[in-house]
Amino acid sequence: MTAPLHFRDARIVCPAGGERRGDLYVTDGMIAAAPAEGATVIDCDGLVLAPGIVDLGVAAIDRAAFRAGGITRVGLMPDQSPVLDEPGIVQRSALIGRPDLWIHPIAAATRGLAGTELAEMAICESAGARAVGTGRRWIADSGVMRRVLDYARDLGLALITHAEDAGLTGDAVATSGETATRLGLPSAPAVAEALAIARDLMLAEDADATIHVRQVTTAAGFDLVRAAKRRGVKMTCGITPAHLLLSDIAMSDFRTFALLSPPLRSEEDRRAALAALADGTIDVLCSGHDPRGPEEKRLPYADASPGASGAETLLALALGLARDQGLPLDRLFALLARNPARVLGVEAGVLRPGAPGDVILIDVQAPWLIDSEALAGSAGNTPFDGLPVQGRVRRIFKGGRELG
Amino acid sequence: MPDMSDHRPATLIPGGAVFPHRHLTGIEGLQPHEIMFLLDEAERWIMPNAEHAAPDKRLAGLTQINAFFENSTRTLLSFEIAGKRLGADVVNMHAAQSSVKKGETLIDTAMTLNAMRADVIVIRHMSSGAVRLIADKVDCPVLNAGDGRHEHPTQALLDALTIRRRRGAIAHQRVVICGDLLHSRVARSNILALTALAAEVRVCAPTTLMPPAIERMGVTAFTDFDAALDGADVVMMLRLQTERMSGGYVPSPREYRLRYGLTPERLARAKPDALVMHPGPMNRGIEIDSSVADHAERSAITEQVAMGVAVRMACLDVLTRRARGVEGWA
Repeated sequence: MTAPLHFRDARIVCPAGGERRGDLYVTDGMIAAAPAEGATVIDCDGLVLAPGIVDLGVAAIDRAAFRAGGITRVGLMPDQSPVLDEPGIVQRSALIGRPDLWIHPIAAATRGLAGTELAEMAICESAGARAVGTGRRWIADSGVMRRVLDYARDLGLALITHAEDAGLTGDAVATSGETATRLGLPSAPAVAEALAIARDLMLAEDADATIHVRQVTTAAGFDLVRAAKRRGVKMTCGITPAHLLLSDIAMSDFRTFALLSPPLRSEEDRRAALAALADGTIDVLCSGHDPRGPEEKRLPYADASPGASGAETLLALALGLARDQGLPLDRLFALLARNPARVLGVEAGVLRPGAPGDVILIDVQAPWLIDSEALAGSAGNTPFDGLPVQGRVRRIFKGGRELG
Repeated sequence: MPDMSDHRPATLIPGGAVFPHRHLTGIEGLQPHEIMFLLDEAERWIMPNAEHAAPDKRLAGLTQINAFFENSTRTLLSFEIAGKRLGADVVNMHAAQSSVKKGETLIDTAMTLNAMRADVIVIRHMSSGAVRLIADKVDCPVLNAGDGRHEHPTQALLDALTIRRRRGAIAHQRVVICGDLLHSRVARSNILALTALAAEVRVCAPTTLMPPAIERMGVTAFTDFDAALDGADVVMMLRLQTERMSGGYVPSPREYRLRYGLTPERLARAKPDALVMHPGPMNRGIEIDSSVADHAERSAITEQVAMGVAVRMACLDVLTRRARGVEGWA
């Protein structure tokens, strides 16, 4: 067992208990109500002490990036090679990060993510899967989608979906609009998202299933989410900082680092996303971490792979958003830790006694410059290259053990 | 992140003050006077070309590589003739013969071309933005001969030159561009050039073939060809690829002809002396009737081809002036 810890004089931010100045104790890897004898004292000097980030829906395991970003748990997307639809593969993914990083696999909801046959969800759950998902794809067949939702509900697993109507998106790499037209890029109308969300939410409501829409990025999509939440649909939704901070203009000059899935939206949709963050419509803020090297990004725009390296920049960008939007830190950490943990059904993301000792010590003021060449992760494909930000993780503890 | 932009401060841009660009990757980024400069430069080659005059070998000793990653007959031929008329050693690289099919990345291909010390590279590629990507990696001037649906600047220049010569001016001409605008780089470059030169540009297509938010490029969009043609000075027809007119974007060729075919009756809605243009190759009897395409006074289609050679000679000349040490450009 790890040595007991005593964090002294920290600005403690807990999504469940609010913010307070004081001490926090970790004994036997868990948060404790009182200090254990002989606990190692860590002087925090008023730095923020928060739960480790639970990053829901990363595309790849990138330990260095997660550590630098204060991420102690990740929900791993099923679109791996091979796809997470076999218990052996799921179990391996669930264990390879330990003890430093806990990986919670999102098993494929359909075999091979093909959207036609149900995958072995129960067997994958017993192998360590914490949810099932459609990956980066959409299940086009509504009959299959209905059965996936029914079956996942029976198992008490949330279904994590990607909301883009595949018939509308086709080979599009951009949202229809002036920028895509000027660049001559294949584009799809933004309504592709709302269309997918509308169908998925209606089916989930009818099946009484739990659904998490991994990324909602359009005004019409947020309107559907608000209405569904009012009706009591068991749903949550997420977003990445990219869709809150960038619009499709970022694609100008064919910058492939701005090629994302779903693609960047119009300025109006971006503003709608900020409003949805402020009014609580958005539940989860995630990195969508998807490192891609130059061999996949130094290509003509439509030939490049979508995705951005986001784990390392998530916290700093989120802190900036919280500052700009007047979001208290305990609310921010609900988005970064508690809510994603809930989607995965894991007891984490809070700092109350009995919770895992996953904590990060943050200097929220520390200024730094995002530099794609200097990121710790496996690739530097960030659309925020050159952006000055504030907020650095100073120390990171997983299960009460410091990661060096 | 490498600097993908071509818009560096003027003092750092090689070339002369009248045309301070290293490459020609698109019409976007060109000032109206720079477009006019290229048209003026092209004018000087029109007569010598027409008269088979004694050759001007100003590019003698220079190597021009035409790297065509997408099939082309007329554009490749036009660039080859333009280069040879100026005395350049012209080498053609076809995608079918290149290592591109063996999985070599575009960047590696660019580095290879660069290492061969070309003096000017002409590129056509099926992906939007590909030419810009290569231009950033090579030391010599790059000319875009068409990238995906993005731009085809020399086509826009030759069209502008044709209009200027036949109509006397470009400003305030009502130009109707009709056809598959969605997939057309010709349309995009023409819209940029003609709006920059103060023409009134109307675009016309079924909405299935119209780029979203096209009005933001300063044009008026029509779905009714008859309405668009009203009072037109120039009618520019675009090619509709056969695979797109059998249900995907348009129900059938005959229905397309019904709504968007340029027939003599339709042309009567334009001005009596309106000019008919087409970048070729034409689908006769579909987007354009033969009697219109071959109309001696109205059709400028073969003239466009002749202007193409002149414009490409001008571009090759201007872009290589710095390397050739031409006074005022070095």
